[in-house]
Amino acid sequence: MTSASGRRQSICNTLIMETENTKTELVVIGGSAGSLQVILEMLKKLKNGLGIPIVLVLHRKAYSNNILQTLLQQFISIEVVEIDDKTEIQNNKVYVVPADYHLLFENKNMMSLDFSEKMNYSRPSIDVTFKSAAEVYGESLVGVLLSGANADGVEGLGFIKKNKGKVWIQEPETAEVDYMPKHALLEVACDLIITPDNLAGYINQL
Amino acid sequence: MLEPSIVKDEEVEYLIKDVYEMYGYDFSQYSRASFKRRVNRICLIDRFTSFAELRYTILNDPEYLKRFVEEITVNVTEMFRDPHFFKSLREKILPQLGTYPLIRIWVAGCSTGEEAYSMAILLKEANLYHKSLIYGTDLNPSVLETARSGVFPLQQMKTYSENYILSGGKKDFSDYYTANYDSVRFDKSLQEKLILSTHNLVSDSSFNSFQLIICRNVLIYFDRELQERVFKLFDNSLENLGYLALGAKETIRFSKLDRNYHQVDDQRIWKKAEHM
Repeated sequence: MTSASGRRQSICNTLIMETENTKTELVVIGGSAGSLQVILEMLKKLKNGLGIPIVLVLHRKAYSNNILQTLLQQFISIEVVEIDDKTEIQNNKVYVVPADYHLLFENKNMMSLDFSEKMNYSRPSIDVTFKSAAEVYGESLVGVLLSGANADGVEGLGFIKKNKGKVWIQEPETAEVDYMPKHALLEVACDLIITPDNLAGYINQL
Repeated sequence: MLEPSIVKDEEVEYLIKDVYEMYGYDFSQYSRASFKRRVNRICLIDRFTSFAELRYTILNDPEYLKRFVEEITVNVTEMFRDPHFFKSLREKILPQLGTYPLIRIWVAGCSTGEEAYSMAILLKEANLYHKSLIYGTDLNPSVLETARSGVFPLQQMKTYSENYILSGGKKDFSDYYTANYDSVRFDKSLQEKLILSTHNLVSDSSFNSFQLIICRNVLIYFDRELQERVFKLFDNSLENLGYLALGAKETIRFSKLDRNYHQVDDQRIWKKAEHM
């Protein structure tokens, strides 16, 4: 780790100590180009009795059916679910946002899909889901932004922060495409910098 | 840029109540998450800086109400979206429908009509168009005007053409339209069997019986209770052995209908059982 990232790490760790008391109810992870490897690495190391749901918003092609769900399921025994409209949220599951829909939270029990205009040239848009999750979950939310080549997700992280949720960003030096995490670090005060190696560990401790 | 949070949760409720009492449009069972986004979005586009301003305009300007309803509902649609779905219609459903002397199809919530036109093309290629009627309905009169004109943006045609080919289309997609600068006009013959009319799934009742109802990515904007009401409306409008087709991520699994319908293929198409 370089000194710059070391410095970031220590600042972030102090922040996370202060907010440690709130119980996390949802982890929402956004990623674009280069994020799939990080997700796979994370799934391999997640513990079985994960007490919370994880929602993945990943940019991908419009007609990819449920290939992603099938792929991810091979790396983890926890159930991976591609979200249908009005899916009830359950602990101990990993949810994948389907291609070509935005994901919104009605409340802490139910998710809706939305086929409105693309945001940041993206559907699903990470910003849209981050904002919706921030409004519903407030301080009990952890938002994670991974590798990617556009700015989708940065504004949404800002909303999570504003609603007192926790913001985790991938260390740009470990990202295959660092534009997204780099941008996020400049614009949002993060609580923790994560790497592909330690992301699962941090989630397991929540 | 994300829409700002100008309108608060309780204000959304006031607005829904106002619009219903004054104009009769009932949005009370629309999914709140999406509806709230749309309200904030319209504030951004039409430059309302407060809820009071938006509310005042809606209450005092019936002309603006039209625009409000148009913007609050999502009208995004495509031709041959989810090509595999259309391939299923082509290969599995149309041969069944072909056995009827007159085929009636309802595209519910058709917006600007792209799916109704896609359907017309499928029927033509199956040699069933001459004995078919396609009913396209939507709650917005203005989107139906676009559907009626048959004019669509040229820039979409590349995607539509790819979708068309993936759906099993064998012709040159451009045979179906005439290009003109930045727009295209679809062949008049595709409108011959197309009947467009306003219909509100929330408040209107069944108006005919059909062998196929297509309602894709409309129910996602409704809460479960309203979805159930609409499923009942569809059930009342569907002949025995008729088909109900929903969007790729919509399901009747949570509905009472589930018992009397069975899923066809791996697509979101259900067939109504014979007894009942």
